[in-house]
Amino acid sequence: MDKHVLLVEDEMNIIEAIRFLLSREGWRVDTHSDGATAVEIIRKLRPTLVVLDYMLPGKNGLDILLELRNDPDFVNLPVLMLTARGQLRDREQAEKAGVSRFMTKPFSNTEVVTAVRDLVQLAR
Amino acid sequence: MASVNQLIGVSIAYVVFLFAVAFFAERAAASGRRGWLGSPLVYTLSLSIYCTAWTFYGAVGYAARSGMEFVTIYLGPSLVMIGWWWVLRKLVRIGRAQRATSVADLISARYGKSNTLAIVVTIMSVIGVTPYIALQLQSVTLSLSIFAGPDDAGGFSQPGGAFWIAVGLAVFTVLFGTRNLNANERHDGVVIAIAVEAVVKLVALMAVGIFVVWGIAGGIGPMMERINTSPIGEWNVDRSRWVALTALSAAAFLCLPRMFQVLVVENQDERHLQIASWAFPLYLLLMSLFVVPIAVVGLDLMPAGSNPDLFVLTVPLAEGRIGLATLSFLGGFSSATSMVIVATLALATMVSNHVVMPVWLNAQGNGASVSGDVRNVVIFARRTSILVIIGFGYLYYRFSGGGAALAAIGLISFVGVAQFLPAMLGGIFWRGATRTGALSGLIVGFVIWVYCSLLPSFGPDVVLSRELFEVGPWGVGLLRPEALFGIEGLDATVHAVVWSLTLNTFAFVVMSLMTFPGPLERLQGAQFVNVFDHSTQTRGWDAAFATSEDLMIMSQRILGPTEAQNLFRAEARKQGVRGHLPEPTQAFLQHLERELAASVGSATAHAMISQLVGGASVSVQDLMAVADESAQILEYSNQLEAKSAELSRTAGQLREANDKLTALSVQKDAFLSQISHELRTPMTSIRSFTEILRDTEGLGQVEKTKYASIIHGETIRLTRLLDALLDLSVLENGQVNLNVESGRLSEVLDKSIVTAQAGAMRPLTIKRRHLDEAIILTTDLDRLNQVFINLITNAQKYCAAQTPILTIEVHRNGENVSVVFADNGIPIPVQSRALIFEKFARIKDTEGDGAGLGLAICREIMTRLGGNIRYAPDLEGNAFVIDLPRSAAMAAQ
Amino acid sequence: MKPPSKPAIFLERSGYRQRRMMDALRVLPVLGVFLWMFPLFWPTGPAEHGIAEPVKMSSAVIYVFGVWVLLIAMSFGLRRILRATLEQEAAEVEEASGGEAR
Repeated sequence: MDKHVLLVEDEMNIIEAIRFLLSREGWRVDTHSDGATAVEIIRKLRPTLVVLDYMLPGKNGLDILLELRNDPDFVNLPVLMLTARGQLRDREQAEKAGVSRFMTKPFSNTEVVTAVRDLVQLAR
Repeated sequence: MASVNQLIGVSIAYVVFLFAVAFFAERAAASGRRGWLGSPLVYTLSLSIYCTAWTFYGAVGYAARSGMEFVTIYLGPSLVMIGWWWVLRKLVRIGRAQRATSVADLISARYGKSNTLAIVVTIMSVIGVTPYIALQLQSVTLSLSIFAGPDDAGGFSQPGGAFWIAVGLAVFTVLFGTRNLNANERHDGVVIAIAVEAVVKLVALMAVGIFVVWGIAGGIGPMMERINTSPIGEWNVDRSRWVALTALSAAAFLCLPRMFQVLVVENQDERHLQIASWAFPLYLLLMSLFVVPIAVVGLDLMPAGSNPDLFVLTVPLAEGRIGLATLSFLGGFSSATSMVIVATLALATMVSNHVVMPVWLNAQGNGASVSGDVRNVVIFARRTSILVIIGFGYLYYRFSGGGAALAAIGLISFVGVAQFLPAMLGGIFWRGATRTGALSGLIVGFVIWVYCSLLPSFGPDVVLSRELFEVGPWGVGLLRPEALFGIEGLDATVHAVVWSLTLNTFAFVVMSLMTFPGPLERLQGAQFVNVFDHSTQTRGWDAAFATSEDLMIMSQRILGPTEAQNLFRAEARKQGVRGHLPEPTQAFLQHLERELAASVGSATAHAMISQLVGGASVSVQDLMAVADESAQILEYSNQLEAKSAELSRTAGQLREANDKLTALSVQKDAFLSQISHELRTPMTSIRSFTEILRDTEGLGQVEKTKYASIIHGETIRLTRLLDALLDLSVLENGQVNLNVESGRLSEVLDKSIVTAQAGAMRPLTIKRRHLDEAIILTTDLDRLNQVFINLITNAQKYCAAQTPILTIEVHRNGENVSVVFADNGIPIPVQSRALIFEKFARIKDTEGDGAGLGLAICREIMTRLGGNIRYAPDLEGNAFVIDLPRSAAMAAQ
Repeated sequence: MKPPSKPAIFLERSGYRQRRMMDALRVLPVLGVFLWMFPLFWPTGPAEHGIAEPVKMSSAVIYVFGVWVLLIAMSFGLRRILRATLEQEAAEVEEASGGEAR
């Protein structure tokens, strides 16, 4: 099983941190910072897992998720969503849209790694 | 002694002279040279037709019989004239505004252009005035007969004389009274002739008076003595008659058709009325000044049993003053003829307009729209009416026998026409007066007048039987003609005046209160009562069905082709229509109706136009405007509307406030989300990397250093953010202390550029014009510096051009200084421009480490400094304009 | 009219005066009625009833004509004073209606 994650995030330092954590877990990490083209990249790369930031330039994480879930190919794609906005409503909307896991920044590294492991297990 | 023939010769010469005067006056008026024709003097003199032969001869006789009572006949009119401001002013204004041609026309117009009313008034006038005309004929023939004397008896027959006088008057009236059809074009010839006659009669009476006082009595003192010792030497006036006759003469002065003719119809200018308000009482005073002396001397000199009515003639004759007697005769002749001419003219207008024309129009079937020249018909009707009325007068004279019955007719006639007073005054002062009320009042008054005054005047057993006088009709004592309702002992005239006018008024008021006026009546009522309010456009025609051609054809028939064409052309010009046919607008139809009314009376004119226009003559809008009530309703609904508008405004404001609050709440949520995001993002990195550093074993030194510096950078970022937030919060709450100092703008800019460019990653070219920057500012320079740094940094961060260039320009416009920071980057999208000064507003596409608070802080600072920052859209890039506070710039001067 | 040395006060006063003169013009007929009806209080008839002597005819004539002269003079005088106001009002009407009347 190919462990390929696409990290959609616009904060360079956070990308750095997550890349470090997931590489150590044996993941191939690709990153992308633009919301507007994110879906296109996902279609092209077809990753096993997507880590998606909520606030992105171009298009926000929720809209990207909705678009993915409307595509039969990605209905079951595990998506871990991260947000810094801290709004309860965001979580509700994301869960309604079919997010696999929703986490609020700042996260603990262990949490992220565990969540990624769980999602891969579930997807199998 | 002058022979009758000589006298007749003098009279004819006099009449020829009057013809000439009238003729030249008409000529002058026709050629536009009115000049003194239209002077207030002529107007005042024309009013003197009030003084008829009855007053010229009769006043002396009256004084000889009843002392000072005669003067009441003059007191009433004097009071009316002196009180012109109350009634006459309004009457003249209305009469002219409505183009009233007669009393009947005025009353008919007031009560909804009712022809019934016009006919009733016309008939009453004819019945009331014809005997009066007969009286004039009698006085002239009687005065002639005095000259005839006993030795001349066969040479002069009274009835024959009366006939020829009647013929002469008829010819004069027809010639000068119907030359112009339009009554409002005024009878200049007639008016000038009666003005001349007014002078003649005044001069004649005063000449006799002066002769009597200074020639016979020997001066004022002896005259007074003589008066006191005469049979009328003591004040002995019936009090009720004194009051009643004064009131009656005042009423008659207003109501007599001939007085209406000269007062209102012939009035050319309201200012003339103002002058006549003192001039005419003066004329009356002079007319009555010598009445008592002449009467006293006459009583003294003339043999017992001579007719005191003719003292004016007989006293000079007895003294052998033929010339004076002739002058006196001419005075009496003038009084009689002027009265007959004007009275006939006025009556003829009424008869032709209200009786003949409607009958003729009816007989025509389709009325105005068919048949030939209405103009000829009207003129013919009017001429015939004149002949018929004078004929009536003559016949009345013949058959009444010219006896004493006639002498009483003066006052009786007054009582008759006074019956118009309630309808007339009520009509111009009371909106509530109705047609039915007016008709009831007139008929009640008329019946009582005929029964209590006119018929009894012939004496018992002439018309009414003696038995009726004594026991009443069918033996009902309460209805005895000279003691109505059992009130006995009253003077006959007082009795008639009191009962007729009281019951007339009563019927008028009660019926007005009980009935409801029609729409046209209410419109007209409003126009009459509110004539001074300048509100003229209230009634109207629905012009849809009338064509200009039809109207033109009809108008030509009535006004004559030239007149009508002029009228139409003027209107077309006013409307701005090419050609000579105007659009039949409401205003034009109203105007036309009034013009026609001046020729044929308002009821007829209204009828004619309504035939052409068809259907309802009053539109819904007019009805709305009719009455006070509807006006009030309108006003009320306007108020309601205003209130509901106010309510909806309030509701709108509430909605707005609510929207604002909602927007604020949304903003607050957004702000919190933003803050959260801005705080959590660096914290995420910090937490993550500290955990990495803590939990990961075997990290290399390079990595450790790298992660530590990331943490370090992020904490700095956090600090900066918190600083900015605090700064903004302080600025927003106005807790900031400004550190005001003076400095050069160029130095501030230098400092800002240095600070902003320190450690910048990308090169930014900055263009300045140092010359413009040589301005000394007095403000918080550090804060201004902060703003400048922010703008420069923004340009550095966001300018997407390959070689970013920032141009800093300083503009001075009088006292105002503005600094422009223009870059050559991609302009901010239009939809985002409104937001750039908001907190955390970052243009989404752009990357950057700013918290999005920079411009918000700039704005706050500029506000604190009393200046302004704004975004100026620019084709080439983005420009931010800083308007420096005026006070700061002023200090720079 | 007085020279306009103190325009404001003067105008105010003259306006006030004009209005009062207008009032006078309006009450003039009332005065006339009163004065001319005053002879109603004079005694009439023969003196033997013990009432006052009847008024002499010459006095009555002088009274009635005196009132007449007074009223005419006042009417004349008031119109003189109010001439500007009255004529202006009348002239406005003449202008408004005169155009179409002739």
